[in-house]
Parts: sequence; structure tokens; C-alpha cells
Amino acid sequence: MRFIVRRLAFYLLAFWVSITLNFLLPRFMPGDPVTRMFAQAANKMQPHQIEQLRQLFGLDERPIWQQYLTYVQNIFTGQMGVSISRFPTPVSEVIGSQIGWTLLLGGTALVIAVLIGNLLGILAAWRRGGVLDSVFPPILVFVGSFPYFWLAMAALYLFGVVLGWFPIRHAFDAGMTPDLSWTFVSSVATHLFLPALTIVLVSIGGWMLGMRNTMIATTAEDYILMAEAKGLTNNRIMFRYAARNAMLPSVTAFGMSFGFIVGGALLTEVVFAYPGVGYQLLAAVQGLDYPLMQGIFLTITAAVLVANFLVDIVYVRLDPRVRVS
Amino acid sequence: MSVTNPSETVALATPDAPASAPASTRRPRRGLLRGILGNRKAAFGACVLLLFGVVALAAPLLAPGNPSLITAIASQPPSLEHLFGTTAKGQDVLALTMHGARTSLLVGFVVGAAATLVGLLVGVASAYFGRVIDDLLSLVTNVFLLIPGLPLLVILAAFLPPGIGTVVVVLIITGWAGSARVLRSQALSIRSKDFVAAAVVTGEHPLRIMFREILPNMASIVMSTFLACVIFGIGAQAGLEFLGLGDASVVSWGTNLYWASNDGALFTGAWWAFVPSGLCIALVAFALAMVNYAVDEVTNPRLRTTKKGRTRA
Amino acid sequence: MSTTPILEVTNLRVEYHGDNRQVVAVNDVSFSIGEGEIFGLAGESGCGKSTVANAIMRLLKDPAEITGGQIRFRGRDLLAMRGEELRRFRWKEIAMIFQSAMNSLNPVMTIGSQMVDIFTTHEGLSVKQARSRSAELLRLVSIDPVRLDSYPHQLSGGMRQRAVIAMALALEPSLLIMDEPTTALDVVVQQEIMAQISDLQRQLGFSVLFITHDMSLMVELSHRMAVMHSGRLVEMADAELMFASPLHPYTLSLMNAFPPLTGPRVRLTGLSDSVRATDGTSGSCSFHVACPPDRANCSGNIPDLREVQPGRFVAEHPRTSIEGTAA
Ligand SMILES: Nc1ncnc2c1ncn2[C@@H]1O[C@H](COP(=O)(O)OP(=O)(O)OP(=O)(O)O)[C@@H](O)[C@H]1O
Ligand code: SF4
Ligand SMILES: [Mg+2]
Repeated sequence: MRFIVRRLAFYLLAFWVSITLNFLLPRFMPGDPVTRMFAQAANKMQPHQIEQLRQLFGLDERPIWQQYLTYVQNIFTGQMGVSISRFPTPVSEVIGSQIGWTLLLGGTALVIAVLIGNLLGILAAWRRGGVLDSVFPPILVFVGSFPYFWLAMAALYLFGVVLGWFPIRHAFDAGMTPDLSWTFVSSVATHLFLPALTIVLVSIGGWMLGMRNTMIATTAEDYILMAEAKGLTNNRIMFRYAARNAMLPSVTAFGMSFGFIVGGALLTEVVFAYPGVGYQLLAAVQGLDYPLMQGIFLTITAAVLVANFLVDIVYVRLDPRVRVS
Repeated sequence: MSVTNPSETVALATPDAPASAPASTRRPRRGLLRGILGNRKAAFGACVLLLFGVVALAAPLLAPGNPSLITAIASQPPSLEHLFGTTAKGQDVLALTMHGARTSLLVGFVVGAAATLVGLLVGVASAYFGRVIDDLLSLVTNVFLLIPGLPLLVILAAFLPPGIGTVVVVLIITGWAGSARVLRSQALSIRSKDFVAAAVVTGEHPLRIMFREILPNMASIVMSTFLACVIFGIGAQAGLEFLGLGDASVVSWGTNLYWASNDGALFTGAWWAFVPSGLCIALVAFALAMVNYAVDEVTNPRLRTTKKGRTRA
Repeated sequence: MSTTPILEVTNLRVEYHGDNRQVVAVNDVSFSIGEGEIFGLAGESGCGKSTVANAIMRLLKDPAEITGGQIRFRGRDLLAMRGEELRRFRWKEIAMIFQSAMNSLNPVMTIGSQMVDIFTTHEGLSVKQARSRSAELLRLVSIDPVRLDSYPHQLSGGMRQRAVIAMALALEPSLLIMDEPTTALDVVVQQEIMAQISDLQRQLGFSVLFITHDMSLMVELSHRMAVMHSGRLVEMADAELMFASPLHPYTLSLMNAFPPLTGPRVRLTGLSDSVRATDGTSGSCSFHVACPPDRANCSGNIPDLREVQPGRFVAEHPRTSIEGTAA
């Protein structure tokens, strides 16, 4: 319990740092990005919207601590201003309508990569020098060397444009209305396939090698030798004794890398015009939509922190040793 | 691994490195270097890197003039005249790729070196001073590790004045924490070794202990952290530029990809516009990763892939 | 004591393949253990005791290889066993308590589930039946069965050790190998555990291969014992006999390395390494404590065991008489 509370405090701190960073950046950077934004957007805004944006970006004349308090209060009540590129939709609404797709894409890819990668790592470590151990790692490391977005471009070009096997943009066929019908779900699945595949390909090597190396360290432990001496079956030793323990660092890495995979997924979305926050991020960058950029940053940070907290809770269930300490 | 933080690569590659790395030997350099030189993966990686280095240095000779200038008919597939074809604007892709190597490699290595240096200072200071300083530095490190990299990159880059300098600074800010975490744990394990304790007892100066006793024993882990940071630097730079957050007028592999995508190369079938730069990023990253694995294998013999299969009953 | 042997090790040789050199960790070692006998194997650290134990359990892997000899258990050729046959054999016939019993428990599984899987794997019991059997076992080694649901880190060192002993006895094996079972424990706990083991042994009648470098502990417990040095046996005899009058100089120095707690003070003699021969012809030697001045023709190797009295074996150097060196 102590462990969980400590972690929670830590995540709150991390979130506070992000908010503060967001608050400080526009105030301490030389004014022009924000001024440029206002110059571009002011004519289509209502006075009260301008006022809110001025508050968000520190262009009002109040003392800085007052600004800070208002800012934090606004963030926690979900008021992140209006989006400029999607004027006049509020930032929270823009993000709310798109975060689901990002979670779907990132989550699917992450789960698949973690499952397959770890399984490959376990098997490779168990049969040192076997086919799996000598062929897969170099290939996966090579594939993993490509930038996420480049692999996405190549897959899109090859399987979407040239071969025409998969749709090349968006998350479902044009003209469909989201519901739970079979046609819609299968449309979503075919649109999900390529983007998810590229993320899986880039990230799987890291999981496999990480697991392989921890497994190798774990199989040298005495309790593995004892399990073998006990005459347990190979499968039981491999999964219940070795992999079960080697998984622990992997679980931590899972939380840690979550943020990076989400980042990769953002770029992948850009390539496939996948309607998640990553695609929106590009639009925000192009439209000098600072409120939206900041909103996306905070939302993703919050999502990553929550995910990490969930991972911690799982970890406590998996490793009895942290329960007491 | 465009948006992969260096910590991921390093941590995953060497989960037990702190325990097995060269702390037991007092002069690891020679053995390390010799081992690396004799390793096939390392040799391959070094050759590829060398090749790219030479091309980058010689780019002005190999492809004279400004590569951004329009010199040919637009969107030509590879031909004898333009080995890699031309872009939708009519620039020579080969020239763009060679000149791109200059910026990409420069930014990658600068970011790698700086992020490693910051990480090293934080790590060693943490390990040496311990307690409050360690707690504080670890806290900061962990917060930075947790904040998702790409979105942070984006808002930093969006608010800072655009340019290569910004890209470098932003990448260092987002990249140092990963190396700090790895280096701290290694430094901690060396800190607890007897010979360091002995140096402390004999009253050696803290700085001397840090630089003479602790650092030399971290050679291999510093090296692999550096390599991972360079990989991160090159990839993340490309990612930023691809989003249009770099300086679009500078030629680099990232901006090449940005323009290729902007000009619709994917849909016009101009694969030659985006393949070379991406392949270069991948090759360099792969070569760096190979050297990195070689360093791991040399310092941690257990990870080597043995030829004959292990017999398990 | 020795009746029909249950375990026969003949001319066992084990090598470790290093990067560029071979280490012969066990060299031509032969011994046998009788039904219900406690056989001690003593020797300094690194002499190859654990390697012998692991060879018997068939647990040696990669850099280690059994390059010669035979191991027979009740007439069955252990080295010929493969896969499933070997798996079923382990723990059912021979169980082992590892040198680092502390680390031989999986830290993230409860004591109970680590005991239960022995029964479910070998005897096909249901988890429920297996749990009640495990509870009985814990009682046998005087641990409260509520501990079934404890994790290893929640037990004291002594308790963990007893839990491991309980596990080893789960399938009532005919041979129990104990590789320095008490090195990590304090003397009091060590005494308790050794007493418990010898009680259990009398009760259940299994044979024991008891490995230690502590001669006094060994003599207390063993019926027969052998002394090992640099991968070779140098002496093998009835435990009390050997303790009373060691024939081999190395045995003597090993005994002196653990002085009795009571009795007159004696000067400790170093082990043979300290008087290692230095000339070129016998540089690899580490055998005789008192090396004769003339060693030009000396083999430099530890000679084979020779039966000097019925049941009493010693590695006697062809050129030096026992009396001469033991002085
Ligand atoms: N993995 C290995 N690789 C190479 N040599 C090894 C390995 N394991 C053991 N050895 C060698 O085999 C010899 C015997 O080792 P072993 O573990 O059997 O000794 P031991 O008698 O059990 O010592 P201790 O009392 O310290 O447990 C040692 O001298 C060691 O050098
Ligand atoms: S006589 Fe030979 S075997 Fe004995 S100690 Fe001297 S050199 Fe070694
Ligand atoms: Mg041993």
C-alpha cells in the first residue's frame, strides 16, 4: 500500500511538472509564436474567447501567481481554450472526439508487440543458439531501426497504394456512421491493420531482446536449477519459474515505454491520416494551434501517467516482495 | 526507433549489465577495445558508420552546389543521370540524401554526446553523493522519463524559435534522462565496490574519486549509452522534422521525408523520393545498434549466442 | 555399514570448456553409496564437490560436460537417461538440497505452490490433495502449515532451509544429496537442522550424499566419507576411522583447518597449495604437503586411490610412503 501511495504521489508530481512547463513556456519564450497566432486567429474569435486565450498564454496583466492559479484551475476543470485550427471547437472537445482512436491504435499495437515480443524472447533464451535466437534478433533490430513514420510510409505505399490490399487513410470507410454493426467493425479492423502492424514491427525487437536477456540472467538463478532438479516439466519451468520472474523488469519497461510508443503512434497516425490525436497534432502544428498542441501534450501525459499507475498496481500483484517493502 | 527514448534501448539491451559489467577489472579499456574490434557485429557496424561518415564529409565534393536547387525535370524515377531520381520539385534525390547525411549525423552525434554527458554527470553525482542529492536527481530523472517524449518535443519545438539549434536543445532536454538512469545504476554499483570505499577512506578528493576511480570503470556502459543516444537523436530529429517542426530549409534526412510526404510522393508513386533517406536513417541506427550489442556481448559473455544448442532434458 | 550400493560412480570425469582453456573439475572419481548410508564428501572450496553432485542430478550444462565415467543408480545407467525418463527420475529417486538453499526458492511463488507442483507433476494429485500433503511435510520439519501461503522472503533463513528439506523429502527419495546445506546459517540453527536431518534419515531410511568442507560436522553425521582435492579423491574410509587417523596429508590439513572448539590449541597448518612445488617439471602439482627434495620423476598428478586396508582407500604417491608424508 505504501508503495502505491508513493507512486501515486510521484505521478501527481510528474503531472504538475507538465502543467507548469505548459504554463511557463508561452510566458518565457520570446513572444512571437503566440502573437503570430493571435494575429492569425483574432478576427474570427469572440471577445470572450480571446480573453480566455490571453489568460491561457499569459498575455493578461495580472501577477504571475494569480495567472498560475487560474491556469491550474482551468486545466483541472478541462478548460484548455478553443482550438484555432478547428475553430470554434474547444480543445477538450477536439481531443475527446479523437483520443479514442489513438488509444485503439496504440493499445492494440502495444499489446500485440508486447505479447509476441516477450514470447519470442522467452523461447529464444530457452533455446540458446537455436533458429529463433540467431535469426530473429538481427532482423528485428534492423526493422526496429526504421523510424516509425517511415515504416508506415513504406507499408502504406506498398500495401495500400501499389497492391491496394488495405485502405490508405482514415479509420473506417467514408460515409459510415460509427455503430457496432459487423460491417463497421470490420471496416475499422481493416483500417487498423497496417498502422498497427508497422508499430508492432518497429517495437517488437526491443521487447524480444529485453526479454531474452533477462531470461538468460534468470535461467542462471538457483531456483531454476532447483525446479529442474524437482523434475518439473520443461513448460512449467520455462513459464511458471523463469518467464514469470523475467517478466518483472518487462512490466516496468512496459510502463516506461508506453509514452514512447504513444509518440510513435502519433507519427504513424499522421502518415495514415488516422483520425487520432497524432493526426490532429500535425494539423495543430501547421495551423499554429498552440492551445491544441498543449492540450494534446497534457492529455497524452495524463494518459501515460494513468497507464503507468495501472502497471504499478499490476506489478504489486506480480511481485510479492514490493508488497511489504 | 524515431521516438524511442534512449533508456528503452539501453535498458532493454543490458538489464543485468550493472552486475556484470567490467567493474571487477580495474583497467577495462584494453580488453574492451580489443574485444569490440574482434567482434563481427561491431566490425560491420563500424564499416557502415565509416562509410556514412565519409559520404557526409565529402558531400560537397561528390555533389557540388546547393542540393535544394531545382536542376532537373520533376518526379523522374532513378536513371543514369539522377541515380536516385528527382523530387516533385526537380531536385536531385542523391544530392539531397548525401547532404542530408551531414545535418542528420551531426545533430545525432551532438545530441548523443551531450545527452550522455548530462546523463553521466547526473548519474555519477547521484551515485557519489547519495542520499538527498540522489533522491532529488532521481526524482527529476524519473519525471523526465515519464513525460511522453514526442508530445514534449513538439510543444518545446513549437515555442522555441525554429532552427537546428532548437532541435538539438530540445532533443537533449528530452533525451538525457534515459542515459542518466542507466548510468546512475551502474555508477551506484561501482560506488559500492571496495576499491572506491578504500579511496574514500584514504581521503581522496571526491572529484578525483569520481573521475579516477568510478568513471574509468564505466567505459563500456557509457559507450553503449552514447550509441543509444545517437540512435535516439537521429530518429527523433527525423520525427520532429517530419512533423514540420524543424527548419524546413535545412537539408536533412528528416526534412527530405517531410517534403516527400508534403509533395504526395506516396500517392504519385515516387517511392525514390522517400526510400533513400529512410533507409539511411535505418542503416545508421542499425549499425550503431550492432556496435552496441557487440559492446554488450564483450562485457557480458553470457549473452553471446553459442553455436551449439544447449541440451535441456 | 555399506550393503548393496544404491549409487555407484565410476571414473567420473567432468570438464568445463572455457574460452580458451579446459578445466577438469572432476577427474576420475569413483565411489559408491550404500542403502541407508550417509556418505560424506569433503574438500576445500572449488575442488569439484558441487560438480559431482550436479553430475549425479544430471544438471550440468553448457560449459560443463561429462567426458567420462559412469553413474549407476540401482543398476540403471543415469548418464543414458533422456527427456521424460530423466524428468520422472529426478526428485522421485534422488532429491537435492542446493548449496545456496536460500536462493533455491523462487521469490515470487509461495512456499505452498512450490511444494504443490512436485505432487501435481509427479503423482498427478489434485491441487487440494497436494496441499494437504505439503502441509504434512511442513509439520514434519516443524513448520506451521499456515506458512504454505508465505513467500520465501517472509521466512527466516532457518525456516527456508527446513522448507527446502521438506520439499526434498516430498516424494520419499531413496537418495538425498545435500550440498553444504547449512553454510549460510548461524551455528545454532545449523546444529538444529543437522539434528533434524539425522532424525529424519533414521526415520525414513534414505541414503545421503553429504557435501561440506566442515570436517567435524561431517564426521558427526556420516558413516563413510571421502576427501576430495583438485577434482580427485585423495582418501576414502569409514568416517570415524579417518577422523581418528587420517592417512593422507591433505586430509590432515583439512581437519586442522577446522580446529575443535575444545582441547589444546594447535598451530594451524595451511592447505597444500601453500607449499606448491615450484620447479618446472611439476608446476601443476598441488598434492603433497611435504614434497620430497627429489621430485625429478614425480608425476605431478594425484595418484589413484589404492585400498590399503579393507574399506580404506588412499591416494598414495608411488614414490612417497604414507608414513613419510603424514609426519
Ligand atoms: N561455469 C563454470 N565455468 C568454468 N569453470 C567452472 C564453472 N563452474 C565451476 N567451475 C570450476 O570447477 C571447479 C569445481 O567447482 P565446484 O563448484 O564443483 O566446487 P565446489 O567444490 O562445490 O566448491 P564450493 O565449496 O566453493 O562450493 C572450480 O574450481 C571451478 O573453477
Ligand atoms: S612429490 Fe610430486 S606430487 Fe608430491 S608434492 Fe612433490 S611435486 Fe607434487
Ligand atoms: Mg559447491
